[in-house]
This record gives sequence, C-alpha cells and structure tokens, in this order.
Amino acid sequence: MVEFALPPNSRIMKGHSYSAPRAATNTKTFCIYRWNPDDSDNPRLDSYEIDLNACGPMVLHALIKIKSEVDSTLTFRRSCREGICGSCAMNIDGTNTLACLKPISEVKGEIKIYPLPHMPVVKDLVPNLSEIYRQYASITPWLRAGAPPDADCERLQSPEKRAALDGLYECVLCAACSTACPSYWWNGDRFLGPAILLQAYRWLADSRDEAREERLNQLDDTFRLYRCHTIMNCTKTCPKNLNPARAIAEIKKLLLERV
Amino acid sequence: MATSNRPLSPHLQVYRPQITSVLSILHRITGVALAVGAPLLVWWLAAAAVGPEAFATVRTFWGSWFGQLLLLGWTFALFYHLCNGIRHLAWDLGYGFNLGTATFTGWLVVAGAGSLTLVTWFFAYSVTGAIP
Repeated sequence: MVEFALPPNSRIMKGHSYSAPRAATNTKTFCIYRWNPDDSDNPRLDSYEIDLNACGPMVLHALIKIKSEVDSTLTFRRSCREGICGSCAMNIDGTNTLACLKPISEVKGEIKIYPLPHMPVVKDLVPNLSEIYRQYASITPWLRAGAPPDADCERLQSPEKRAALDGLYECVLCAACSTACPSYWWNGDRFLGPAILLQAYRWLADSRDEAREERLNQLDDTFRLYRCHTIMNCTKTCPKNLNPARAIAEIKKLLLERV
Repeated sequence: MATSNRPLSPHLQVYRPQITSVLSILHRITGVALAVGAPLLVWWLAAAAVGPEAFATVRTFWGSWFGQLLLLGWTFALFYHLCNGIRHLAWDLGYGFNLGTATFTGWLVVAGAGSLTLVTWFFAYSVTGAIP
C-alpha cells in the first residue's frame, strides 16, 4: 500500500553530535541513522565530524573509523570492502549504493547515511532482508534440469550462450535496486522487485536450464512481475552498473512470445 | 530480541528525486489529469450542442485566467503523456534501457512536450485571435 508518511515509531529525532579533534583541518560531517532495539526511543540522526586526513577515501572507511575511534555501538554490515560481497548496501547522500564503492569526495557538504529504504530496521544501518531472501528462494535460483549430466562431463555451454549471462551473473544481491524502487516500497509483500527479477531472468537466460516454462508460469502474475512500471530507479542506482530494468523487460518479452 | 517494534527505514523522505522516478510519477499524474480533464472538455462540447447561451457561459469560464491555466496544463499533460507513452512502447519492445539513453529520451520527452504545447498555443492564439 502507498503510505507516504513514516509510522509514528519510525520518525527520526535529532541525535548527538561528535566533533573532530581540535587539530583537524580537513573535516567532513557524517549524519548517520541510529536506532537501538534495546530501548524504546525513536530512531535518531547522529552527526560525526571526521578528520579526512586520517581516514580512507571511501564512505565505508569513515564508518569503520567512527566505529573504531568514536562510537563502538554504531552497527552496520560489511565484509569484503571491494564491492563483491554486497553487505554494505545503504542509502548514502540520497541514493542507494555500496559504502565501500562510494568515494567520500563525491558528496558535497555533509554526508547523510540511512539504512536501505522502506525496510524493517534491525539496528542502525542494518535492515532486515529476510523477505527479499524468501522471495529469492521462491524463484528457485538454481539450475533445474531433468537428467544428470554424463558422469565424465560437465553441462556444456557455447561461448555465445554463456555470453547471454553477462550483466546478470555479476549481481551481488545487495538489494540496493529493490529498495530504490517505489513500486517495491508500496507492494514489496507481493512484487518480487528488481533484484529478484534480475535473478529470475538469469535462470531463464541460461541455456542449460530446462524449467523455463515453469519459471515463466510462476512469474506471469499481476504483482510478482507486472508491478514493474519501468521507473528505472533500479538501473540508476545499481552499484555494479547492471540493468535490472532491461532484465525485467526481457522477461515480459518472453511472456509475450508465449501468447 | 523483540522484532515487532522495528521501525521502517525512511524512503520518500530521504531518497533524492531521480530523473527516472520523477518522469515516471509525472506520467501517472498527467494520466490522471487527462482523465479528470476529459469530462470538462465534454461539458464544453455539450454546451456547444445545447445552444449559444450555454456555450457563452462555458466560453467565459475557459476564457478566464483560471480556465486558461487549466487548458495550458492539460495541453502539456496530453503531450507529455503522449511522448512518454511512446518511450514506454520502445521499452516494451526492449529498446532504450541503457542508462544514458533512458536519461536522454527522458529529457527529450520533456523538451518535446514543452515545445508541442507552445506550438499548439501559438497556433490557437494566432488562429482565433484570443480565447481558444
């Protein structure tokens, strides 16, 4: 359902401010969304002034610096710090991206950091992605083929057919695209969203998969697929420069070809 | 750990307006505006069928600054919805999905709808002299 305002327990209050050391000359302010499940307070926006001369170039460096040196209770997900794991997806300066791939220098003025939009917050910048993972499981994201391959041979694929998976297999499932999609905000309980639909197409496009008809039958649904209105916020925000909007259009074309 | 009181993370409140999403919502808004505008245009036509006095009343309304503003808005709504509709048809055929292309066609639609509106109003005024 379309709901423009946040529920009362989700409205953001003013938070604490932390200044940089006096000697710092090159500083930047990070305003970060905080919410602690262990008290009954509303979320708040804390601001941290950071000495950029003592900080790495990426937003993730600043977050780690704050956690190590200023406030150890700051909670966020991170792992690989090079755009491969998809853990540190968050809303930085108004769009979704990976904190490890976002240079601090790209943002003028203070940097506002929120969790991925329109998600239940577990703590601070950590959203609950269980629903997205449940939706991911629903599209059976694995190779479905009847007979096992020959004992001494893999399932072969020509270079051309393998190339059909380029732009699809690189997705790291960070959920930046799905949580940038207004349609997913309003209908996330039934619409699969761009991340999962791109994965759905990844298996439709795989020449080795034999469950195309069943996959298409499952997707042919007013909500699961057709809540996509080609808004294209997904493609605009993807930190891996992939194109979920095109993948969804390809699914729609496959369904049209069956009619 | 309690999970029922988890807040909802901010969305519209913090997401920076994107050329992609702004043009998308504008497509829907212009569609609604056209649907609302259609009965009023029917009122205009119906008045013309009823007789000179009825038509004169409607004409006075459309001639007022408010009526003219509505007509200008609907002219733009019509052309925007038309041009962006063509953009959507191209997408449905699988074309125009590169981010650069989509941004370019987006601005093209805005410029196209704006110019078509101006051209229409220029001709309306030059042909009728004043009120359409």
